Amino acid sequence: MRAFRAAGLIAGLTITVLASPAFAQGKLNMYCTANEEWCKVMANEFNKKTGIDIAFTRRGTGETYAMLKAEKDNPKGDIWWGGTGDPHLQAAEEKLTVKYEPAILKELHPWAKAQWDRSGGRTVGIYMGAIGFVYNKEVAAKKGVTPPACWADLLKPEFKGEIQMPNPHSSGTAYTTIATLVQLWGEDKAFEYLKQLHASINQYTKQGPAPGQAAARGETMIAITFLHDGAMSKRRGFPVEGVAPCEGTGYEIGSMSIIDGARNLANAKRYYDFALSVDGQRLADAGESYQAPSNRGTPPSPYSPDLSKIKLIDYDFAKYGSSAERRRLLARWDAELKVGAPK
Amino acid sequence: MSRAARWWLAVGWAAMLLLPWYALEDGLFSFVWLRDPWGEDAAPLIVQVLRHGRIWLAPLLLAFAVPLLFAFVLPPEGEARRRRAAIILMLCGALGLVWLFGQGFAIGARGLSWGWAKDLYGDFEGRQFGLGYGGMIVAVALLFLLTEGWARRGALRGDAFVLGSIGIVVATTILFVFLPVGLVLVGAARVEDGWSLLAVAKRVTSSDIWSLGCFVGATCGTFWKTLLLAVVVGALSTALGTAFALLAVRMGFRWQGALRLFALLPIITPPFVVGLAIILLVGRTGALTVLMDDWFGIPPTRWIYGFPGMALAQTLSFTPIAFLIMIGVVQGISPTMEEAALTLRASPARLFRTITLPLMRPGLANAFLVGVLESISDLGNPVILAGNYDVLSVQIYFALVGAQVDGGRAAGLAIVLLGLALAVFVLQAFWLGDRSYTTVAGKGDTGTHAPLPPAVRHAVYWTALPWIGITIAVYATIAFGGFVTNVGRDHSFTLSHFVDLFSIESGAGGLAWTGGAWKSLGTTLETALIAAPLTALLGLLIAYVLSRQVFAGKGAFEFITMLSFAIPGTVIGLSYIVAFNTPPVELTGTMAILVICFIFRDMPVGIRAGVAALSQIDRSLDESSLTLRHGGFATVRRVILPLIRPAIVAALVFGLVRAMTSLSAVIFLATARHNLSTTYIVAQIETARFGTAIAYSAALIAIMAALILAIQWLVGERRLGRRALQT
Repeated sequence: MRAFRAAGLIAGLTITVLASPAFAQGKLNMYCTANEEWCKVMANEFNKKTGIDIAFTRRGTGETYAMLKAEKDNPKGDIWWGGTGDPHLQAAEEKLTVKYEPAILKELHPWAKAQWDRSGGRTVGIYMGAIGFVYNKEVAAKKGVTPPACWADLLKPEFKGEIQMPNPHSSGTAYTTIATLVQLWGEDKAFEYLKQLHASINQYTKQGPAPGQAAARGETMIAITFLHDGAMSKRRGFPVEGVAPCEGTGYEIGSMSIIDGARNLANAKRYYDFALSVDGQRLADAGESYQAPSNRGTPPSPYSPDLSKIKLIDYDFAKYGSSAERRRLLARWDAELKVGAPK
Repeated sequence: MSRAARWWLAVGWAAMLLLPWYALEDGLFSFVWLRDPWGEDAAPLIVQVLRHGRIWLAPLLLAFAVPLLFAFVLPPEGEARRRRAAIILMLCGALGLVWLFGQGFAIGARGLSWGWAKDLYGDFEGRQFGLGYGGMIVAVALLFLLTEGWARRGALRGDAFVLGSIGIVVATTILFVFLPVGLVLVGAARVEDGWSLLAVAKRVTSSDIWSLGCFVGATCGTFWKTLLLAVVVGALSTALGTAFALLAVRMGFRWQGALRLFALLPIITPPFVVGLAIILLVGRTGALTVLMDDWFGIPPTRWIYGFPGMALAQTLSFTPIAFLIMIGVVQGISPTMEEAALTLRASPARLFRTITLPLMRPGLANAFLVGVLESISDLGNPVILAGNYDVLSVQIYFALVGAQVDGGRAAGLAIVLLGLALAVFVLQAFWLGDRSYTTVAGKGDTGTHAPLPPAVRHAVYWTALPWIGITIAVYATIAFGGFVTNVGRDHSFTLSHFVDLFSIESGAGGLAWTGGAWKSLGTTLETALIAAPLTALLGLLIAYVLSRQVFAGKGAFEFITMLSFAIPGTVIGLSYIVAFNTPPVELTGTMAILVICFIFRDMPVGIRAGVAALSQIDRSLDESSLTLRHGGFATVRRVILPLIRPAIVAALVFGLVRAMTSLSAVIFLATARHNLSTTYIVAQIETARFGTAIAYSAALIAIMAALILAIQWLVGERRLGRRALQT
């Protein structure tokens, strides 16, 4: 009797498994490096549209890049969606990702298509976010200071010990900041500025988003961070305001790549198309993410910083994304600033 | 042939005949493979050889056929022949294992793995995936054939249980600790176009690490900063853990339950939550800081970011472990010697200094060791609170995943970190020396503990009680944060965080678990409940082997067991991906890799607690059991286990709690289908939903507290035949 029951159970299970919808449309494994909410919304909507059983794993951008390298002999992910552009470019350079040329490319902003061109078609821009200051209105009011409007304002004595930025060794945001200043003023002047700014910095945090969070809680008055992160804190009810520096500022291009050796290549391509489409990009608002979308037809979220009011520099991603330049600038930063030494 | 050997032969044959040899994409228990049980993916070994042309697997059949021949066709008669049969059994096991892993590494998912092999056999067509249940079970069977044969030959008094234990702990430690860690460490020799020993020397001796600049106005190297923090945290947590243990056992403290709860509370908290709570409490806009400003005019500063904050957070997090180790040791101290000293008119102070304190040494040494290892491998607290104070674990992490990816530098730093761990390990072994700390013997052991000297009593009260105050403040903050709209901003009462996480709606199809946390909570509980008993089992088994058996290379083995504990979890996680993403042992993306990672990362606490506890128990107890013709297994079960109950509790609690709260190790191992609570909580923190993060943590704390009570009830108290303490 027991044997019968066991056989029945196994047969039943087998039928359930064979009949499940996952088998009809296949699967997709996404490595997601945007915020959790956005990953979830994108995955759910894609699943609703296509019936593909999509599963996402959320990690940091650097972590995902390290993961791709570790897994390269036997990749487990199919598509890598989100996160700052430099690691995507590095992965492209190391052939960890593959080329894909969909028709939808022509609907994109030039900066997004430029990312595709730079990488030989291995990665593409999906959103853009500008660097700026996020300050805490309550702390500023309590100290009775006017908030900064330009990079130069940060050197004012009233902000001494009130500014937080990430450490460029660990954070792409901070490196982008330094590269922005170098492109704005030339290298010597930029480092002269950073050296003076150093006196006002209370902490170089390890992670890029940390200064923004500290500003939201009032642990610091000013954070140098991405403006869209400030927009998120603001929507959460924190008393913060974002400022785009008057001299001009740099930006990141959030990117997407298909992983080399993807087991579900066809589905990865369908997701790629979906993520570049207006329907896909419109979901950013529901995902509580306020970057500027890369499809020209996508309306930006009402919470997004207004890109038309931000003076963007012509950021040279090829030059400042290269490992050699990065190493050189970081070494100079170490040598000139001597972080950790008593001021 | 012994019954055990026959049994393992049968298991091996069954696995080769029936179970899928290779790992299945959907897992064994999905039963999808039953659609095509003899196909290339799911066939057992025999079918793989006969039908799918994987002839290179055939020698494994031989490894199980030869012993069979000796068992039934040519049963060995006489002592000499029996010994020969044992040697053959041993050889079959050993050669089988070598072949199993040799072919597995040589032939991978993309054909031959090594360049020179491709040159030799250019047109070789074979491909294979990672070992599945069939392969794993055969590997285990081969291992036990080896140890069975070895025991029959008379090794270790012919005790097959002991030898089998050594076999399994050594084999698994090599596979799941030494191999992955080794793979990361050799990265230190990698340069752009090949390998270089010079690069290792350069990376390990870099002035960033070793500079002594802080004595001349510059900054010191990370090694010194890490060392300073680790020693301070190790000493503080050991001191506090000891104070709590003395308070609980020796001072007749009235509120035992509350004491234990508060001593253990920090361990059951995700570490970054402690960091967050500290910021909310004493950060620049923290509740306490604002109070100090309002009442005393002390201006708010950012003093907490840096050494003080990290030392506070780490001491808070690691004191419970010291307490778990110390309480067993303090209980184990025999009153007999103290009574003898009293009779000889020793003053209480002298008695404490010359009797009690020295007898606590194994506990102190192991608690300190664990504290130091925890501190140097901690990533969560430094990332939140380090300020500009750099420690090795953080540098390693960002060398791996930061803006400038440099695996070689990370490996170099990891070597330095392990060097530090080795130094502390050697130091504690040296301090313990060859002395005997036995206090639990079979003899009548009645007597009462001498009262502690007043100075010690005061010291205990003045350290333990204020510390409980700090703990209560931190946890009150956490509890508070879970029930208000936005902690620090909007303090109106709400239950919405809990509703978001744990709502259940009853609909047409019965109950619907609509809360966002259910899935991750389920996976977390499942992995933790599987991992905890295995962690404790393996840890205590290793402790038993280390403290009771003598074999070559024991010291090195003891250090290897701690490797995975001393290295930051992220490095372990990444090393597991590197080591177990390709055949023969392909585990990435499964729940098994999470469980295994937890077991091998957390077992050192079980080992340390077990070693400390066993050093107090007189060997004559084991020996009398053996004399009465109990085997090793019965001795462990009937004599040793009941006497080390506090260590069992420590190992189980730690295994459970760590599996539920560890973050760094699982960043790389958790996947979409196996998402864990900690990754969920971090995602909440990243999107500034502190309330939800705190509410989830509070729920986890409650669950873990209940589980810990269950563990204590299940394991029970040890009964040492002492008189009640008279106060």
